[in-house]
Amino acid sequence: MSTIRIYTIGTVTDLLLALALASLALAAHAAPYLPIDDSVVLEHLPVRPGDPIARELKQLRGELAANPRSRSTAVRLAERYFALANAEGDPRYVGYGEAALKPWWDLPDPPLDALVMRAILKQYSHDFSGAMRDLETATREDPLNARAWSWRAAIDMVQANYADARRDCLALQKIESDLFAVGCLAYLDGTTGKAAAAYRDLSEAYARSGDSSPEVKVWVLTRLAEMSLRMGNTKQAEEHFRAAYFEPINDQFLLGAYSDFLLDQGRPDEVIPLLVDWFKSDILLLRLAIAEKELKAPKAGEHIEALRSRFEAAALRGDKLHQQEEARFNLTLLGNKEKALALAQENWKLQREPRDARILLEAALAMKDPAAGQGVLDWLERSGHEDPGLRATAQRLKALKR
Amino acid sequence: MSAASRATRALIAALLALSASSAFAHKPSDSYLAIRVEGARVSGQWDIALRDLDFAIGLDDNGDGDITWGEVKAHHAEIAAYSLARLKLRSSGADCPVHATEFLADDHSDGAYSVMRFEGACPAEVETLSISYSLFADLDPQHKGLLRLEHGPGTRTGIFSPERATQSFELEKISALSQFLDYGREGVWHIWIGFDHILFLLSLLLPAVLVLTGGSWRAVERFSLAFWDVFKIVTSFTVAHSITLSLAALGLISLPSRLVESAIATSVVLAALNNVFPLVHGRRWMVAFAFGLIHGFGFASVLRDLGLPQNALLIALVGFNLGVEVGQLAIVSGFLPVAYALRATWLYRRLVFVGGSLGIVAVAGIWLVERAFNMKIITP
Repeated sequence: MSTIRIYTIGTVTDLLLALALASLALAAHAAPYLPIDDSVVLEHLPVRPGDPIARELKQLRGELAANPRSRSTAVRLAERYFALANAEGDPRYVGYGEAALKPWWDLPDPPLDALVMRAILKQYSHDFSGAMRDLETATREDPLNARAWSWRAAIDMVQANYADARRDCLALQKIESDLFAVGCLAYLDGTTGKAAAAYRDLSEAYARSGDSSPEVKVWVLTRLAEMSLRMGNTKQAEEHFRAAYFEPINDQFLLGAYSDFLLDQGRPDEVIPLLVDWFKSDILLLRLAIAEKELKAPKAGEHIEALRSRFEAAALRGDKLHQQEEARFNLTLLGNKEKALALAQENWKLQREPRDARILLEAALAMKDPAAGQGVLDWLERSGHEDPGLRATAQRLKALKR
Repeated sequence: MSAASRATRALIAALLALSASSAFAHKPSDSYLAIRVEGARVSGQWDIALRDLDFAIGLDDNGDGDITWGEVKAHHAEIAAYSLARLKLRSSGADCPVHATEFLADDHSDGAYSVMRFEGACPAEVETLSISYSLFADLDPQHKGLLRLEHGPGTRTGIFSPERATQSFELEKISALSQFLDYGREGVWHIWIGFDHILFLLSLLLPAVLVLTGGSWRAVERFSLAFWDVFKIVTSFTVAHSITLSLAALGLISLPSRLVESAIATSVVLAALNNVFPLVHGRRWMVAFAFGLIHGFGFASVLRDLGLPQNALLIALVGFNLGVEVGQLAIVSGFLPVAYALRATWLYRRLVFVGGSLGIVAVAGIWLVERAFNMKIITP
């Protein structure tokens, strides 16, 4: 009815306003378009055809096309794709790897190398039970398979099966170098209430190991930072985060953990320069948008919209891979507590790392629903996890019960 | 590489994964497939990521890592052949072959997509549509096809993956009534958002509560006089645009849309000017009729964009037309009582009647220039 009122009053400015609003409503709906010119660049490929990686992939693909049942070529190609998926954060490459392994994908008992590779690709898509079955077969057939044992440890940690993880780490101790065996156990101890000892063991093994690759350094330093936080030593944690940050590689996990640390410390302004170039990564964009919202930065709205459309696209495809992030998005950026809690609960069924625990506790607290967070409270009890922030949140949730 | 150092590398990967299994989040490969079924006719739009097409058939011809529109254009035939070979539509045991009709581009949340529109036909009216989707199934088993299937007013969705490559959709029989109401709603909606039609009508209706005597406007004495004046104008406008709408929708007459749109803008300018500098007064219904013929062509183009169901042409046409009338009547019944009540006031006679008419002249004048010269001044 408002349009009619405007017309009967009949002022041109009102009319123009109405027209502008109508066109805005249309523009909000993105639509296919005809690019104005042949030279318009529509897409940048992440790997250029001339790059050494691309050349290697092309060569391997060619070999595999000529001989699709060449297992060594297929496993090597899948391995390269898996590395690329981790580096670029793009699950497409996992699909390409799966395609390379197609002749062995549905076999009940494929040869060992194909079996382990298959498990690694499966866990990427969060098929933890399928991956674990394959890895159990692999370690049974080859008890000295370090790779299979380390992936078993990784999955057991994600699912909070700490006794199993300890057995995996101990198996590794017999076959692996000092730093990795210690790293495996320290990661476990650091999560399960022995952060001080884990910190000491890991930093000593790190000092003993001498020259490590930047990847290993970043991993160790990030773990040391986390352990420091669990011991309540924020100053030491920050030193480790900064040292890891200045290693010459990009590590999305480090950036995420470091940003979370800064957000917890109430320093969102320092998050922005850290993440400003990471628009493409959903998890880092989430942290960037949280920092921007706290600072009331102009970009916040745009980034929140981008995240919303990405989560909608994932929902459309039936994906449940990023429920932890989606829960945090709903809780922190949209204020949709109810949905956040539902997502965090769903996520906890599959993944039980400290970050998963934290979002579930926070969502349950926001909804004043201690029963919803009971699983995490039990986990805290059982694991002895020390993080002071997490324990404080748990106390507040428990207080609601009384 | 020694076995030990390979094992070490593997362990690094696993250790990194210890804490990063969900950290690397990025949208996986999806395509967006929209299919519309009308009778035996099938049409649709398929959005496929340029990155995926590049992996499958190679788009970056000069190898610089950038995909330009020119490079995509050069591969359009190949894109159509590759993708349509991996989409099979069947109805009652027979194929429904489709072919590409148009290519565009679009940006989704994860990058640029090729947009391919297509159409085709099944041998008979579709009751159950079976869709087999195997795009990229051999290259990326994680790829999924997200389907939106439209039939009549209803929309269904589906997700295709290698495990669920063929799916059948039983289409609801669309009742004639629901189709009629559907097009009726579109008619109402169009008059509601069709500012040019509303402004034209208002220009003719503004003087209905006034009477021109001796070169100056005075208020009409009885409501019935204003009512009959409005009745005649609205009826003749309706009859006129119904005639041309039907002729154009049935494909019996066709005029270039730029000419039609410019003529509609001209009609608004003239009708509003006539209020300020009266030329035609007593026979405004004839003006309504004459220009109504032009507006009918405008409605027809909307109806064409909506897509006319070949099996229910008459239902759609009558439904849309009646919808337009209902919308018009709503506007008139909102306008007339207010205008009649205010007709003797300064507000109505100076501000609404003269000021409003001049405002309409200005806006429609801008439209006229835009439409005649194909340029943008304001965005209607």
